Amino acid sequence: MKSEKVKKKQGALFIFVALLITAHLLLLSDAFGLDVKRTTLPNGLLVLHVERHNLPIVMATLLVKASPLHETPDKAGLANLTAELLTEGTKKRTSNEISEEIEFIGASLGMSTDDDFTTITLSVLKKDVEKGFELLSDVLLNPTFPEEEIKRSKEVLKGSLRQSEEDPSFLASRAFKKAVFGDLPYGRLVRGSIETVDAIRKGDIEKFYGLFYRPNNAILAVVGDISDAELTGLIDRFLSEWKPAEIPQGVTVQKGKHEKKTVLIDRDLTQANILLGHEGISRNNPDYYAVSVMNYILGGGGFSSRLMETVRDELGLAYDIHSLFQPDKYAGLFEVGVQTKNASANMVISEALKQIGRIRSEPVSDQELDDAKAYMTGSFPRRLETNRKIADFVAGVEFYGLGDDYVEKYPRYIKAVTKDDVLRAARKYLDPENYVLVVVAKQSEAKVEAQGPK
Amino acid sequence: MMILLLTVAILLPVSPVLSAGVEEYHLDNGLKVLVSEDHKVPLATFQIWYRVGSRDEVSGKSGLSHFLEHMMFKGTPKYGSKVFSKLVQRNGGVDNAMTSKDYTMYFQTLASDRIGLSIDLESDRMINLILDPKETLAERDVVMEERRLRYDDDPQNALYEEFVATAFMSHPYRRPVIGWMSDIRSFQRDDLYSHYKKYYAPDNAFIVVAGDVRADEIMRKIKAAFGDMKKSGVQEPTVSQEPVQRGEKRINLKKEAELPYVLLGYHTPSFPHGDSSGLEVLSTILSGGKSSRIYRELIYEKKLALNAGADYSGMDRDPFLFLLWGTAAPGREISDLEQALTAEIEKIKNNPPSEKEVQKAKNQIEASFIFGQDSLYRQAMQLGMFEVLGGWKLIDSYLEGIRKVKPADVQRVAQKYLTEDNRTVGVLVPLKEGESEK
Repeated sequence: MKSEKVKKKQGALFIFVALLITAHLLLLSDAFGLDVKRTTLPNGLLVLHVERHNLPIVMATLLVKASPLHETPDKAGLANLTAELLTEGTKKRTSNEISEEIEFIGASLGMSTDDDFTTITLSVLKKDVEKGFELLSDVLLNPTFPEEEIKRSKEVLKGSLRQSEEDPSFLASRAFKKAVFGDLPYGRLVRGSIETVDAIRKGDIEKFYGLFYRPNNAILAVVGDISDAELTGLIDRFLSEWKPAEIPQGVTVQKGKHEKKTVLIDRDLTQANILLGHEGISRNNPDYYAVSVMNYILGGGGFSSRLMETVRDELGLAYDIHSLFQPDKYAGLFEVGVQTKNASANMVISEALKQIGRIRSEPVSDQELDDAKAYMTGSFPRRLETNRKIADFVAGVEFYGLGDDYVEKYPRYIKAVTKDDVLRAARKYLDPENYVLVVVAKQSEAKVEAQGPK
Repeated sequence: MMILLLTVAILLPVSPVLSAGVEEYHLDNGLKVLVSEDHKVPLATFQIWYRVGSRDEVSGKSGLSHFLEHMMFKGTPKYGSKVFSKLVQRNGGVDNAMTSKDYTMYFQTLASDRIGLSIDLESDRMINLILDPKETLAERDVVMEERRLRYDDDPQNALYEEFVATAFMSHPYRRPVIGWMSDIRSFQRDDLYSHYKKYYAPDNAFIVVAGDVRADEIMRKIKAAFGDMKKSGVQEPTVSQEPVQRGEKRINLKKEAELPYVLLGYHTPSFPHGDSSGLEVLSTILSGGKSSRIYRELIYEKKLALNAGADYSGMDRDPFLFLLWGTAAPGREISDLEQALTAEIEKIKNNPPSEKEVQKAKNQIEASFIFGQDSLYRQAMQLGMFEVLGGWKLIDSYLEGIRKVKPADVQRVAQKYLTEDNRTVGVLVPLKEGESEK
């Protein structure tokens, strides 16, 4: 943070963002309907369109079902590298020409790969929308993956992986995923490792691109100042030539058994960076809503959560402590994350376990339940404030198969959660015995003790 | 990378459309209110800005404004400790606060029909804060943890802190907003109380509301809640001015890290100084995206840097710094990277940028502004930052200034400010220690 600004609750805010955009991607209420027009093109591309004329801008999110689920462990990072290379050369343009043309119109074209999919996002002014779609189409349909660009991108990726080593939260999170999921895709970094990135060849990238970058394997969401006729015209011109193909199955991540494991990483730090948890739930788990409410009360609800109230407010032991269920398509993570001065590590770990034990042993209060539900149902309009948020949202709803009527159903799902549901979810999905504990710290000061069940 | 993000956030120029839609109101006690109606979604952002930040702190009391910001969430007789955020969340809202060199800002974003809650809560804590001594001690530990997290265990941030303290000899910008650890440790309840009494008053604050509200209606509520408060009559503190720098300053920081990192800073004026628009365009030409000069030359062609860029915000009350920064690519020398960064400056000094480059930078600045308008929070933030700098209407002259920049202006400001004698250099020298895993 080079900014001179200090946000008091930035940590907490970040958790909200992570929780509500990845986990609770989908918070809706009756107050704010979305008029989504859906069309499937002859080549299989699903187009979702939301017209909004409040500003002369257009936001597009193209979601491609290509992720670490489609890689082999020895080439981990292939999905991410393929996405990054789309803008590094096409049949018509060099890497330099692509960025020059995008940036000259003040637009942006970005790629991002996560556990389940890759997104390509275009942000463009209405007056330049045609140019924006032409560039999007070019990088999507005509990438050439030049050898020298592959080499360059690999070097940058390996360098960034190396730089990440000086970030304690990165070290903790990498070790945690690995300890929970082992060699399964969700246990690896989306970026891969220095060794696996090194092993990726041009042929791997071309093959990956050819298999997965197909219209019948993608969802396009377009939101903003653009009419149906205009969008149809652009798609006809720029995306109708995209050729479909049969898509191979990716790996599915099967639920494993929880194992007790402790990973200690020694660094010259003033704080212990702690992650504690185990496998969580997948996005399509029917208990998702009960788990969400339970986690909000435990440690997902920022300043309203039990972990924050005890560890930060009462004990003054941390700036931020949170719990998080991160639900992916086939499985997910549950974690409690916190940083505290080395000497307080054991106290904080034991307090976190105590709170996990408490929410498993006694019902939450009526007030806690009501507050959680009020927040989760009432915060919906903020989730969909901007065109960018709406585009990402509708693509995500589609990917996770949550249904056209999800807007109406979500508040009902949340309102239906009872105290018994919360207790049942806590007992079923929190494990105070077989958990992974990762501590990145100056170990001679942290002196992490074995933690027994409470 | 955060430097880059900051640039994007702050570079946003401002269109005449925005200032045209803003209503300004004054209460008799000096409280100013800006209302920007925007009815696209049923939401509103409420921000209250206090004209106090680390700039107003004295030696030995660094971090006082930021600490007080934490304590503002600790309750009044009416709304007890920890109730504030809970109430906001129960209403589906989000709240937070930030402290900068120049200001402290609190905000809530809520469904627009619930924005009365903000008025109720903010008016209460402006005058009724308890500042319980026991809570103060617990929060002091929290702030120290925050400091460890942000600075002490982050090598690049640790360098930034020391670098700024070197660049400034006498001006209070030399002190970090979060404060030095020993200052934080020494704070008592009474330090906070006198700071609060002095600076938290209607004549040292202003409110910005953006969103689906009716200006007349919201003003009635604000008047009812804040209208009876008394002025504090707080005077601007005398702030030491920074003398002209006469010769390069240089520091090294040795710390456990993976890759060397360099920061270069040049003293530059802030907006509304006439040179600030040229400096903004210069910084965009140097590092506005993958087609910018620093990316093309240092990262793409020469492969000297893993990441690198320039940063100039101009959004400070007093002159601050034009920054250049970079992380060396593995195996590359930090001295070569430093030299390459200054070489980019020399190129501009010797030859003005092309018309097309300048036009691209202006397009980027303008487009990013329009994208920013989609967020109520960012709309309100814009107005507030200009108000801190002297008046929200400066928004219009700011964009006009950007539009007027010519290639020769970019060259001229580079020649004038980006000189060796006006430069501070900080280098992070990585120490790699043994590690053990079990």
